Amino acid sequence: MSPDGLEKTAVEARPPVLAPGHTYASITDKISSIVLLQKTKRGWWFGFAVAFTLFMVLNFAVGYLMLMGVGIWGINIPIAWGFAIVNFVWWIGIGHAGTLISAFLLLMRQAWRQSINRFAEAMTLFAVASAGMFPLLHMGRPWLFYWLMPYPDTMGTWPQFRSPLVWDVFAVSTYGTISLLFWFVGLLPDLATLRDRASNRLAQITYGFLAMGWRGSARHWQRYEMAYLLLAGLATPLVVSVHTVVSFDFTIAVVPGWHSTIFPPYFVAGAIYSGFAMVLTLAIPLRQFYGLEDFITLRHLENMAKILLATGLIVAYGYVMETFMAFYSGSTYDRSMIMNRMTGPYAPVYWLLITGNIAIPLTALWSAKIRRNVAALFVISLIVQMGMWLERFVIVVTSLHRDFMPSAWGMYYPTIWDWATFAGSIGLFLTLFFLFIRFLPMISIFEMRGLVHQVKEEKA
Amino acid sequence: MGRKEKGRSTFDLVQIQAKLEQAPEKRFWRGLEELAGTPEYRNFLQCEFPHDPRQDEKGVSRRDALKWMAASAALAGLTACTKLPTEKIVPYAQQRPENFVPGKPLFYATAMPLGGYATGLLVESHMGRPTKVEGNPSHPASLGAADVFAQASVLTLYDPDRAQVVIYDGRIGSWSTFLTSAEQYRADLLLRKGAGLRILTGTVTSPTLADQINSLLAQFPQAKWHQHEPCNRDSTREGAKLAFGEYVSTVYHFDQADVVVSLDADFLGSGPGALRHAHDFSERRRVTSPQSSMNRLYVVESTPTITGAMADHRLPLRAGDVEAFARALAEGLGVKTGAVAAAVPARVPPDWIPALVRDLEKHRGACIIVAGEQQPPVVHALAHAINDVLASAGKTVTYTGPVEANPVNQSTSLGELVADIQAGQVDTLVILGVNPVYSAPADVHFVQNLLKVRTRIHLSLYDDETAELCHWHVPEAHYLEAWSDARAYDGTVSILQPLISPLYDGKSAHEVLAVLAGQEGLSGHDIVRDYWQRQKPAAGFEAFWQRSLNDGVVAGTALPAKPVKLSGTFATQAAKVGGSQGAGMEIVLRLDPTVWDGSFANNGWLQELPKPLTKLTWDNAALVSPATALKLGVTNGDVLKLRSREQEVDAPVWITPGHADDSLTVHLGYGRRRAGRVGTGVGFNAYKLCASERPWVSRVEVQKTGKNYQLVTTQHHHIMGKEGEEVEEESVAARQRSLVRVATLEKFRQEPDFAREEGGEKAPSLYPGYKYDGNAWGMAIDLNSCIGCNACVVACQSENNIPVVGKDQVARGREMHWIRVDTYFHGGLQNPETYNEVVLCMQCENAPCEYVCPVAATVHSPEGLNEMIYNRCVGTRYCSNNCPYKVRRFNFYLYADWKTPSLEPLRNPDVTVRSRGVMEKCTYCVQRINAAKIAAEKEDREVGDGEIVTACQQTCPTQAIVFGNINDPNSRVAKLKAQSRNYGLLTDLNTRPRTTYLAKLRNPNPEIKE
Repeated sequence: MSPDGLEKTAVEARPPVLAPGHTYASITDKISSIVLLQKTKRGWWFGFAVAFTLFMVLNFAVGYLMLMGVGIWGINIPIAWGFAIVNFVWWIGIGHAGTLISAFLLLMRQAWRQSINRFAEAMTLFAVASAGMFPLLHMGRPWLFYWLMPYPDTMGTWPQFRSPLVWDVFAVSTYGTISLLFWFVGLLPDLATLRDRASNRLAQITYGFLAMGWRGSARHWQRYEMAYLLLAGLATPLVVSVHTVVSFDFTIAVVPGWHSTIFPPYFVAGAIYSGFAMVLTLAIPLRQFYGLEDFITLRHLENMAKILLATGLIVAYGYVMETFMAFYSGSTYDRSMIMNRMTGPYAPVYWLLITGNIAIPLTALWSAKIRRNVAALFVISLIVQMGMWLERFVIVVTSLHRDFMPSAWGMYYPTIWDWATFAGSIGLFLTLFFLFIRFLPMISIFEMRGLVHQVKEEKA
Repeated sequence: MGRKEKGRSTFDLVQIQAKLEQAPEKRFWRGLEELAGTPEYRNFLQCEFPHDPRQDEKGVSRRDALKWMAASAALAGLTACTKLPTEKIVPYAQQRPENFVPGKPLFYATAMPLGGYATGLLVESHMGRPTKVEGNPSHPASLGAADVFAQASVLTLYDPDRAQVVIYDGRIGSWSTFLTSAEQYRADLLLRKGAGLRILTGTVTSPTLADQINSLLAQFPQAKWHQHEPCNRDSTREGAKLAFGEYVSTVYHFDQADVVVSLDADFLGSGPGALRHAHDFSERRRVTSPQSSMNRLYVVESTPTITGAMADHRLPLRAGDVEAFARALAEGLGVKTGAVAAAVPARVPPDWIPALVRDLEKHRGACIIVAGEQQPPVVHALAHAINDVLASAGKTVTYTGPVEANPVNQSTSLGELVADIQAGQVDTLVILGVNPVYSAPADVHFVQNLLKVRTRIHLSLYDDETAELCHWHVPEAHYLEAWSDARAYDGTVSILQPLISPLYDGKSAHEVLAVLAGQEGLSGHDIVRDYWQRQKPAAGFEAFWQRSLNDGVVAGTALPAKPVKLSGTFATQAAKVGGSQGAGMEIVLRLDPTVWDGSFANNGWLQELPKPLTKLTWDNAALVSPATALKLGVTNGDVLKLRSREQEVDAPVWITPGHADDSLTVHLGYGRRRAGRVGTGVGFNAYKLCASERPWVSRVEVQKTGKNYQLVTTQHHHIMGKEGEEVEEESVAARQRSLVRVATLEKFRQEPDFAREEGGEKAPSLYPGYKYDGNAWGMAIDLNSCIGCNACVVACQSENNIPVVGKDQVARGREMHWIRVDTYFHGGLQNPETYNEVVLCMQCENAPCEYVCPVAATVHSPEGLNEMIYNRCVGTRYCSNNCPYKVRRFNFYLYADWKTPSLEPLRNPDVTVRSRGVMEKCTYCVQRINAAKIAAEKEDREVGDGEIVTACQQTCPTQAIVFGNINDPNSRVAKLKAQSRNYGLLTDLNTRPRTTYLAKLRNPNPEIKE
C-alpha cells in the first residue's frame, strides 16, 4: 500500500495520509473542480432528491405539530419526553466528532486531520442545526422559546438558572455559534481560491462576497492563523462541555436511570463514538464517489476506527458501571430500573443497543483487517449510529416509563409523526450536506497544500 | 524603508528634546521615529502589530459610542410594549341586587334526585350561573358530601346536546302547539274518564308529583300510573314485603354497628343513602390511638366493589350462591328458613360461617346484615330475619313506612303496561323522565308495543331513544332549572329550587302533568308551593317556606321509625321463593359506578372517570376472575359473545382480581344509541340481557369470537407482590408495600409506630431549610376512611375546570385528573386485599419539579404551596418527568373546549382555563385559600381552622381528606399528622411532602385464617 520508501520505517507499513505524487496545483485542481468544473453528477441529484424529500417531510411534520400541539407524538404522562429529546441528544452527539477533529486534533498537531476536517466541521454544523430544532419543537408552546434566554423584560422575569435546560440553551447556542464561525473562518482561503478560479460571473461574485476580500497577504494569514487558533482553543473545551451539559438534563433529575454521576464522561464518549461513526458514514461514500481516495486514505479510516474502538470501550465501561452501581448501591429504584431495562417491555431495545454499540463494533474493530476494510467500516459505522440512537431511547424512555409510583407507570409508542420528524431531521441534515458538497470544497484545499509541503519536508 | 526615508524629513529635534524632558520618569526609546510619534511610525506599527493593545488607550471612539447606542436600543426594544385600550370602559356602579357582590359566589340549597331519591346539595352560583355542586351539611343523606353523579350533574345542565326544542312527529314544534294538542287529548280523555291514558314515571318520592298524579287519576279514574326505573329496587321492596308482609323502607345505622355483613351489597357505593352509609361506616373506623376500636366488615360478593375493598373479610362468591350462604348463615343463627338445611356453597371455607356466627352473636344488637340489589327478595328477607334474631332491628336497623310515594313491583308494573297495550287498552302514553326504549328488559318487547300506542308523549332531558319513537317530545328542565321536591332515603323532604331559569325552555314533570290536569300555565314554583301550602297551616307558612328553602330540608319530614314484625309465614314463603342457581356460568348485571343507568352517558366527566378498582374508562366490559379468564382462554380485550335469555351481546373481557369464579359482571348504562355526541355508541347495551323476572342475575353462555377490542384504563399496575401469583421484581413489590402501609388493628396496638419511616422523614440537606412563618398548608389523608368512591375526582374536575380528553387520549396515558384513586392489590389473584389510595400533588417542600423548570413557571410560595404559573409555562414537561408521584398533567392538545358556548358558564371563574402546551396540577384549591385569606384579612384576623376546604375534602363522604395549617398545632390536619399512623410517600427522596397519609388498618377476625 505504500510503495515509496517514506513509510517503510513506520509500524506495519501504515498507509500514508496523502497519496504520493501530489503537488500544490494538482490538489487545488482536483478539489476545486468538484465545485467549479465537473458537471453535477446524476448520483448527486438522486441523493439530493431523497434528502430533500425527507426535508419536506420534516416541514410537513413540523407544520402539523405547530397546528395541533405535541399531542401528535406518542409522549404522555409519565413519558413526557420522547423522540424529540432522543433525537436532540443523538444529533448533538454526532456533531462532537467534527469539533474534535477540527479543533482538538488541530491543537494536537495531528496532520491527518487536514483532509477530513472540512466536511467533518460541516457535519457538525448541520448536526447542530438538526439537534437545535428539537428542543424548540418539543416545547408545548414553542413560540415562547426566547423565555429561556436572559433578556430584559418588562415583567422583570428571568430564566430559572438552576434548570439544566437553561444551561442547555447556553451550551448549544455557544456550540452552534463557535461551530459556524470556525467552519466559516476555515473556509475563507478556499472561498478566495474558488473566486479566483471561477469562470462564471455569478460564482465569482458569490464566492468573492463570501471570501470577504481575502487576498492571501501575509497580514491576512497572520490574522487568520491567530483567529483559527483562538477559535480552536474555544472549541476544544466545547467537545467536553456541551455533551456534559446535555447529560445534566438527565443527571440533575431524580429519575432512576437518569440520576447518575457517570453520565457526563459517558455521554461525551458516546458523543464522539457516534460522531466518528457519522464521519465514516459520510467519508466512505464521498471518497468513493468523487475519487478522493488519494486524500482520504485508508490511514484516515483506520485512525477513525481506532477512535471508535477507544470511545466504544469507554461507553461499554459506562454500561457496565451503571449496572454494577444499580446493584452495589442497594437502591431499590436503581435496581428495578436496570432489571426493567434488561427484562421489561423495552428489553429488546436494550439488547439491540448492546449488540449495536458493544457486541459488534468492539469485537470487530480490534482486527486491523477490518479497520482497513472500507465496506466493513461503513456497515459498522451505521450499526454504531443506530446503537447510539437506541442508547438515548433507552435512557429517555425506559427510565421514565417505570419510575417511582407503579400506579403511574405507562408505555410509550412512537406515532407516525415521531418517525416523520426523526426521518425529516435526517433529511434536513443530508440536504444541507448535499448542498455543501456541491457548492463548497469538501476538503480544505489550502490545508492539503500545507500537507504537501509537510510531506516534502519529511521526505527531505 | 522608503517610508522611513521620507519621514525623516519631518523630525523636529527641538520638539523631541522637549518631550523627553517633560517625561515624568525615565523612558526607553528605540528610535527617533518613536520619539517623534509621527503618523508614519504609527502606521508602520499598526501594520507590524495589527492588534496592538495600546490602541485602546484612546478611550471610546465615536464609532464605538454609536455601536453601543444601537445595541442598547435594540436590546431595549426587546422588552416589548403594552398598549392600553383606547376605548372608554364603564365601571360597574349600578344598583345591584341584594346579597349580590360581583365576583363573589352565592350558595343555594337544593337537592338532586337520583333514582327518585334526593341528596341535599349546596350549589355554588357565580353571577347567576351554577358552577359547582357541594353537599349540604344539614341534609341527612349528604351531611356535606356529594357523590360523583351530583358533582357531575352540573355538566349535564350545560350539556349542549340536551334536548332544546319541543318535537312533534320528528319536526320542531313548540310548547304552545303542545298546549293546544294537549287540550284536545284532555277533552277526549275526559269523555272516556281517562280510559286509555297511562302515565309512566320512574320511582317517585316527590310528594308534590305524587299528589299531582293522584289528583289526575281522580279526574281520570280509568287512567293508570306505571313506574319503571331502569335499575329498580324490586328485590329490596319485595324482600321487605316477604319478611314483614308489607312494603317498608329500611334505614341502616352503620355508626352503631360493630359487625357488618354485606350479602352482595355495595352499600358504600350505590343506592339511596350510600353517602350517609359511607359517612357512618367510616365513623366506626376512625382510629386515633391504639386504644380505639373499629367495626368489622364481612363482604360476600361476586363483583369486586368498593365495599368489598373495605372488607376485613371478603369472600368472592357467585351471586347465585349467595342465597345458599345466607340460608346457612341464617340457620347458624337460629333463623327458621323453612327449607331443608341448605348446602353451604363449596367455595366457602369451612371455618368461615361458624366464625362469623360467633362474631355476630358476640355483638348482638350491634350488627347489620345488608343484602344487595342483585340478590333475590328471599336474601333480603333472610337479612331482615337475621337482623331480627340478632336484636339489631330497632337499633342498628330501623324500619319506616315506604319513602316512595307509591311502592310497586316495577317489573310487574311495566309488564302490566305492556299487557294493556297489547290488549289495545292504551291510546295515550305519557312518559315522564325515563327512557324505557333503551332500558326496558328485552322480554317485555317494549318497542314493538310502544309503537301501537296512538299518542305518545315523552318528557326527558335528551332527545333519546324513547323520544325518537314518541309523537311529542318535550325537553325536560334539569333539576337545577326547576322547582320540585323529593325525599331522601330516610324520608326527609327537600324542596328543589332552581339556580337558573331553564336554558332551553325545558319543562318539569310537574308542569306537564299540570297541563294534562287542565291547570295549564301553572308554574313549577306555584305547583310545589301550593302543595306545601295545603300541607301546612297558613300562619307562618312564609317563614316555613323560607326556612325550608334556605336549609335545603323540610324540618321534621324524616319518616318515623315503624315497628315491624317478621311475618309468621316468612319461613314457608322463604322456602318457596328460594331456589339457588345451579352450576355453569352466571352473569351479573349492575348499575355502572360512573354512568349510572345510562342517563349520564353523555356526561364526559363521568365517562372519563376511572371506574373503581378496574380503572376502566369510556367502556363497560365483561369482568371475570383471573381463573375464569384462564378457563375461557381469554385475556383483556378479547371479545366474548354472551348469550342469555335468547339475547346476545358482544362484550370485551376485563380480568378483575377478586371476582368470583364462573361468574361474569357487566355494567349497564352503555351502548346508548341516542345519548349525544359524547355517549352515543360507547360500550355495549347490556339491558338486552335483562328480563323482568330476576333481572340482574342469570345463566349465560359464553363463546369466544376471536375479536379484540381496546379497553382503556388509567392504571396498569396494581399488584403489591409478596406471595402474589403474578411475580413482579421484588424491589418493585417492596416499594409498593411502602406506598400503601397496612397493619391489622392488633398489630397496630402492639406496634403503633409501624408506619413510620425507618430512616426518618427528614433527610439531611446541605442547605438550611426554609422557615415557614405564618400559614403552612398541608393535607392528611386517612386511608382507613377512604373508600375510593371517586367523588373527589369529579369534585376536583368541576372546581378546577379540568377538561375531558376522550378515550383515545386516555389510551395514550393523557388523562387530566389532578387527583386520582390508585388501587393496589395484595395477596393472591383470587381474593386479594384491595387498597385505594388517593394521590394528588404532594406540595413537596423540596419539590423536584421546581428546580428543573427553565422559566420558573412552577415555584414555591411562602406558605409552602408548589404553585403553577400557567401563563409562564412553555411546556418543556421536565417538571412532570422529575415528579416522583406523577401528579402533573399536560395539555398535549387544546383539551379545554373553548368553542362550545354553553360550556362557558360552567367554568369556575376563579380558575384559569388552561390552553394547549401548558402543564397543570393540583393547587390545593389555591383559589379557595386566597378567598379565605382575603376574607380574614378584611376582618383583621387569622384564617381559622376548617375555613378553607378543598373541593376534594368538601365532597368526601368519609372525611378522609383533611386540609389546613400545619403550623397551628390545634388544627385538625396537624393533629392527624401527629398520629403515629402518619407517613409520607417516597420520603426517602427527601421531597418532604406536605400531603401525608394515615396508614390503613384492618380488623380481621382472628378465628378466620386466610
